[in-house]
Amino acid sequence: MKFVDEYRDQAKAEAMAQSIARITTKPWSIMEVCGGQTHSIVKYGIDELLPKEITLLHGPGCPVCVTPLELIDKALQIAARPEVIFCSFGDMLRVPGSGGDLFSVKAKGADVRIVYSPLDALKLARDNPGRQIVFFAVGFETTAPANAMAVFQAHAQKIPNFSVLVSHVLVPPAIEAILSAPDNRTQGFLAAGHVCTVMGFEEYLPLAKRFHVPIVVTGFEPVDILQGILLCVEQLEQGRAEVTNQYARSVQREGNRPAQALMAKVFRVVARKWRGVGEIPNSGFALQGEFTAYDAEARFGVAGYHVDEDSECIAGQVLRGVKKPQECPAFGKRCTPDRPLGATMVSSEGACAAYYQYRRHQQTSQTSLAAGKRS
Amino acid sequence: MADNCDAPFTLNCPVPISHQDFVTLAHGGGGRMMHALLDRVVIPAFGNQPLESRHDGAVMNIDKGRLAFTTDSYVVHPLFFPGGDIGTLAVTGTVNDLAMCGARPLWLSAGFILEEGLPIATLERVVASMARTAKAAKVNIVTGDTKVVDRGKGDGLFVNTAGIGIVEHNLVIAPTSVRPGDAILLSGDVGRHGVAIMAVREGLQFETTIETDCAPLADPVLALLAAGIEVHCLRDLTRGGLATTLIEIAESSRLHLGISERGIAVEENVCGACEILGLDPLYLANEGRFVTFVPAAQADRALQILRAHPVSATATRIGAVSESPAALVTLQSRIGTKRILDMHSGEQLPRIC
Repeated sequence: MKFVDEYRDQAKAEAMAQSIARITTKPWSIMEVCGGQTHSIVKYGIDELLPKEITLLHGPGCPVCVTPLELIDKALQIAARPEVIFCSFGDMLRVPGSGGDLFSVKAKGADVRIVYSPLDALKLARDNPGRQIVFFAVGFETTAPANAMAVFQAHAQKIPNFSVLVSHVLVPPAIEAILSAPDNRTQGFLAAGHVCTVMGFEEYLPLAKRFHVPIVVTGFEPVDILQGILLCVEQLEQGRAEVTNQYARSVQREGNRPAQALMAKVFRVVARKWRGVGEIPNSGFALQGEFTAYDAEARFGVAGYHVDEDSECIAGQVLRGVKKPQECPAFGKRCTPDRPLGATMVSSEGACAAYYQYRRHQQTSQTSLAAGKRS
Repeated sequence: MADNCDAPFTLNCPVPISHQDFVTLAHGGGGRMMHALLDRVVIPAFGNQPLESRHDGAVMNIDKGRLAFTTDSYVVHPLFFPGGDIGTLAVTGTVNDLAMCGARPLWLSAGFILEEGLPIATLERVVASMARTAKAAKVNIVTGDTKVVDRGKGDGLFVNTAGIGIVEHNLVIAPTSVRPGDAILLSGDVGRHGVAIMAVREGLQFETTIETDCAPLADPVLALLAAGIEVHCLRDLTRGGLATTLIEIAESSRLHLGISERGIAVEENVCGACEILGLDPLYLANEGRFVTFVPAAQADRALQILRAHPVSATATRIGAVSESPAALVTLQSRIGTKRILDMHSGEQLPRIC
């Protein structure tokens, strides 16, 4: 398939890996920001192709993983109401709140539906005027334009029974928080290609300069990621700290201006809680102005609800790249995809789930895998 | 009344309506309506002597030998999808389970659970599909049952089929018969049924319609056995897809199954749908695909036999069995790295972005 096969090509991937090995002289820790990239790295075993000096840290870019516990609880409370049809992207349904997940609320009789676009939820609202349709608006800058469009359309078409539970977060403030932390290990970033498709990459220029850290806008296929790493290592080895664009087939410097304009109309930037990380200033979106009428938190009276997070889960440290999933004492024991303690074990983009799925048997199989590797 | 004042005076008792376009609770009551439904819709479609005898069960003659016996229930939603429906599934699913025992499928039962309000025309369509598929699979539906549940207590129509087949060989076809060195053969491309169902269920539209791969598999299996191929294990890829099937076999046999991603065909439109939705085709459901484990020395001949049948015309060798690491499936990816295939917790969920 075009735009896929050529980026999963063995010869290209190996050539790229050899280039990385050739230029690497020191140990470097590079963080891929996006959960989609984490999934690709672990699925394709991209880190196996890298020289031992390169450590990949798995960043906070899985929207499912960073959605705070109290927001999941709010979703569960709203979904349980008899008048509500609660719509969500599929992978939010298995994320545990304090008392179950959306699947368990559904099993008890709640009307919870998987949708593929917020506009599908809007259509449900039009078709079911007697019900309240709530869409769980989760995600980074990638999903924000479509969610903004749904609210904008609801307002334009006067659809009063539609609302959104907003949990939007932004990448640059998270990068800033990671780099400002005293225990930071990250020396270079692979920025998320899809986020930058919407936002462009101008907002990363001051970060690269201020923290003297290279940031490479990177795609999601194996060859993309290897090339992103190569461009990052090149800069690190040469002492440069610039923003470069590996994913030029999708990302332009200024991003998608109409999408940005719509987001600016519907949302305002606010402080947001990140699961396992805590509150980060200016790190997310909330509805603003006339669009606050579509805020599900206000409509269903859950805005003041607060809850503390489980202390056993180290998702926060995993999301900041301070610890690897298997360094958690609960990993694979008390915490599995069937009974997750935290969200990083839920989504296929979550670092813990990716490690559980692809690396759980690493100890038992190391010998034979090593024998077969690069044969 | 004024219009009718000239009409002759008659007395009419309101008799029950005997002909309905929809299933009513009376259709499950065991009375005249139920018999009429069976006479009109079910029995003519499946017509054969044991069924027409209308006994509580069918009595069949067999020669000496071993029997294979299986059952499965079908609750697919929607009832109709590109390339098939619940009826085709209900016959192929059970026929294929028999075929995977290396048995020649012979007889099926059909149990219907109908929801009050189901259009009779829908039942007729499903029954016609079952009859057509049974004919293609060379089986007879010889006994059955019909129940009607209140509106809201079913999803239109559920079907259970049980099947009996005859085993005409002395092999033990099971994961425990898999041996190190065996070749792993896959009968065709994967993932079509899963995407076809998801596309209809969720209203997803692609440039071309993706059709289910639903098909009876006994012919190529029986051809392998007739040619004297020493088949060690057979398994059709249903829910959970190729990956889950292989993981189950690796765990039961305590052996290592090594497969190569390159050998596994995924149609371009299925591949595209998976990319959009963040799904892995190796875990998508199939209804007309199977894996075969045969001694490496017989692999080429087995492939030749499989490829002579339309349903397995694109069969490939996807890997081999070895001793260790025990009870694991490893996949050599297209970029040459290896990873372990693990069972998913539940159904695959489409990703956010």
